[in-house]
Amino acid sequence: MKSLETHHISMPGSSTDQPPGQEQMSSEEPQAAASSKGLDTQYIAPPSQSSEQVEGRLPDGYLLQGRYRILGIRGIGGMSTVYKAQDMRFTKVTRLCAVKQMINTANDPQVRAMIKQNFEREANILASLSHPGIIQVYDFFSEGDRSYLVLEYIDGKDLEATLSETEGFLSEAQVVRWAIQVCEVLSYLHSHDPQPIVFRDIKPANIMLDSHRRIRLLDFGIAKIFQSGQKGTMIGTEGYTPQEQYRGIAEPRVDIYALGATMHHLLSKQDPRLEPPFSFHERPIHKTNPTVSRELTEIINRALEYEPNDRYGSAEEMQRALMSLESARGLSQATSFGTSAIAGGDVMAIWRFRCEDEVRSSPAVYGSIVYAGAYDNNLYAISADDGKFVWKYATEGGIASSPCVSAGRVFFGSADRLLYAINAETGRISWTCPTQGSVWSSPQVAFDHVLFGSDDRHLYAANIHSGRVAWKFETDGKVRSSPAVGNDAIYVGCEGGIVHAVDTSGQLQWRFRARRGVTSSPAITKDTLYVGCQDWHVYALDIRSGWSMWRYRTGGPVVSSPALGDGMVFIGSTDGSLYALDAESGRLVWRFATDGQVTSSPAVAEEAVYFGSVDKAIYSLDAKTGNLRWRFQTDGPVTSSPTVADGVVYVGSDDHYVYALPA
Amino acid sequence: MRFLRNLLGLEKNPESTPVPPSAPVAPYHPRLQVGWATNVGEVRRHNEDTALTITASQDGDDAIPAFGLFVLADGMGGHQAGEVASSLAARVFAHHVVRRLYLPILINQEHDTAQPALNELLVEAVQASNRAVAGQVPGGGTTLTCALVLGPRAYIAHVGDSRAYVVTEEGLEQITHDHSLVDRLVELGQLTRDEAAIHPQKNVLYRAVGQSGFLEVDTPVRTIPRGGRLLLCSDGLWSIVSETDMARIVATASSLQAACDSLIDAANQAGGPDNVTAILVKPPVDQSA
Repeated sequence: MKSLETHHISMPGSSTDQPPGQEQMSSEEPQAAASSKGLDTQYIAPPSQSSEQVEGRLPDGYLLQGRYRILGIRGIGGMSTVYKAQDMRFTKVTRLCAVKQMINTANDPQVRAMIKQNFEREANILASLSHPGIIQVYDFFSEGDRSYLVLEYIDGKDLEATLSETEGFLSEAQVVRWAIQVCEVLSYLHSHDPQPIVFRDIKPANIMLDSHRRIRLLDFGIAKIFQSGQKGTMIGTEGYTPQEQYRGIAEPRVDIYALGATMHHLLSKQDPRLEPPFSFHERPIHKTNPTVSRELTEIINRALEYEPNDRYGSAEEMQRALMSLESARGLSQATSFGTSAIAGGDVMAIWRFRCEDEVRSSPAVYGSIVYAGAYDNNLYAISADDGKFVWKYATEGGIASSPCVSAGRVFFGSADRLLYAINAETGRISWTCPTQGSVWSSPQVAFDHVLFGSDDRHLYAANIHSGRVAWKFETDGKVRSSPAVGNDAIYVGCEGGIVHAVDTSGQLQWRFRARRGVTSSPAITKDTLYVGCQDWHVYALDIRSGWSMWRYRTGGPVVSSPALGDGMVFIGSTDGSLYALDAESGRLVWRFATDGQVTSSPAVAEEAVYFGSVDKAIYSLDAKTGNLRWRFQTDGPVTSSPTVADGVVYVGSDDHYVYALPA
Repeated sequence: MRFLRNLLGLEKNPESTPVPPSAPVAPYHPRLQVGWATNVGEVRRHNEDTALTITASQDGDDAIPAFGLFVLADGMGGHQAGEVASSLAARVFAHHVVRRLYLPILINQEHDTAQPALNELLVEAVQASNRAVAGQVPGGGTTLTCALVLGPRAYIAHVGDSRAYVVTEEGLEQITHDHSLVDRLVELGQLTRDEAAIHPQKNVLYRAVGQSGFLEVDTPVRTIPRGGRLLLCSDGLWSIVSETDMARIVATASSLQAACDSLIDAANQAGGPDNVTAILVKPPVDQSA
């Protein structure tokens, strides 16, 4: 019965060896995007398992067999540990080598013997091979209970690491060159006497680039474990393996498929292990990398045919196809699929209204009036239809707070430390509520109260009719974000970095402590709270307990508040991008880059997302794909967040205008 | 960290909206309830399935929330590797979650960003299991389907072809995706569901714990609706007993435990060709609307 198991180690190629056990899993690290981080996450001992715990670990400086001085660990896998070592027999020069130590912790003596035999078999295969693309074996021995393989030391990097360290895409010419070299090695292996050798594990992590930029194949499948029939025939490396290999068939064409899968990964940057198996044809390379040529795509598609008979019959055949592509390239331009960039159209404003200073807050729309506060201390009431002035109310301080309209009143805060309640129709003052600090926070109305925060660190609940403070809750910092109101609790962040859940009478339910200020206002569903933080992350918290369900790291502090729609969370970051994340898993769906910080909070309406950027533009994107629908240029940074009502987008700009744009 | 207080007892500010009169309420059950059963089946000689459950609840001041951890593992490999693999994987997983999540809760440690998010924690725990099985049980492997239940929410970590379902009056809703070759072939249109059910390689998994250094873990999240249940089971159950029958058994049983026992019986009566395990969880009644 064919064995299907492969446990193996690839030789980590980083020339700056990172000592294991020193890796920190700090919460600042981005969510691991699995394999595309390259060899580190795959084969170096993860942080929770310190190197001291590795069975039989050889310490640095140890002299093995009186000859090989251990210099450090290069990699640890399930079945073996690889060390960097120096062959001390060469006294005048530093002769480096790699020492592979078999790990054999099985209890059953039969199993132990089997593992040892497999290790020996690999050593023998390697010893019988001689090809520039295959690493050389120098020595093989057993010391007591353990077996060791001494191998050529390669100073270089494997293709998985190379890919993850490459910004943008690898060049097609480069990938073709590498593939041709791999085909050469495969041809050699497949025509080996007396029996062809099928590598069975072609993938980027097993292909190394040495210091001469030559391909070296690593790891001939240490310890293939024999599987008995019945339940649980299990598979080795998912993603690069063709379907027949799952059934125990190992003939040369499995290597062809795996090479096709490798090229697909290298060009598209999509790791096949993270996708459903055999889905390459559903994920054409040009969808992620439009620069790849039609000709190369056809070669790769043929290598990836589901039926072995439909693929290239041999590595030589595939190599010939690749080489003719290479030479043809010099003569004519390979046809490309073209770019998928969509140029958005531009829109014209329906109207714009000039204030006397920056409009940083978001407008509120009620009835046919748009209410907007500006840094000129005024709250404006503007006619929604034509942008004509209706009334304004002057406070003593700048207004960055976004107004909230309810029960015939407009509520908003000012830097003069007051929360104002103004009659929505007449513009006459109804009441004010004093606090001890500027009110930048935007109020929310619920349970017949107005809820808002102040720079005096408190969250206030004031009666909607009288303005009398029902309670106030002290937090750990200035409260600049808006509270979010749920069924029975109020959620608010503060500049001290804490998200609080407070019940309707002002009692604390839970706290979640983030590393930096929370200026972003939470968005909530029945079960989850989403919020951004200046520690660069977007958090999803379980709303009943405050535990974080997932977190996503952007490229800069997040001041923008999230908007929810269509199973996604939309949020801007000061790194210049608007992000769309999957609400359940936190995975990135798409990201749209602008030329300035996105501190504006997006608004979602009818499958479109609207937001502004410090690059002075207001954007409308398709919510599902992130494609640009239109872009409107203003004369100042847009930190205000848009409001959408009745097919019109209202938003302010630092250029002093409030704009009304068609959605 | 404080948790949800009992709102029914809370003093309300006289000026705020009065609480509407509540509908007649069923007996108050703040606790998580669980039933489970495992059986070698009628054909096999060893039970390579493992079930592990941990529940905790507290009443009183500053009480912890009802917390439940439910783990199901179906092991495989020769020379008893299957039993060892599934048991080891379940224990290592539970150990990791208890150590990193539950112990801090018990000492009321405030939740902050120094701790991993729940999905990261669950993935780490499965990967710890993966390393343990790969290192200590050569030739062994296992599925692993786990649920962390907090309030009405189930956070699942899953690898393999055991399954998690939400059971309601409408029937069974499968939460997890089978990592089996035939399932993928059905998706691709290469096989029909019926062909898959009798396919000679229907047990072949493309993803399992203990098989390689790299492991991708699925982490779906579901809120169990009021009156609903969470069911975890190995393929010894779902591939033998129809979903309709499973739903009927759960709906008509007198208790969660009785339901699990009946599910096992149903599998055995249909031939019991494989080990069979079922874990059935009823989340605490959610106090908010």
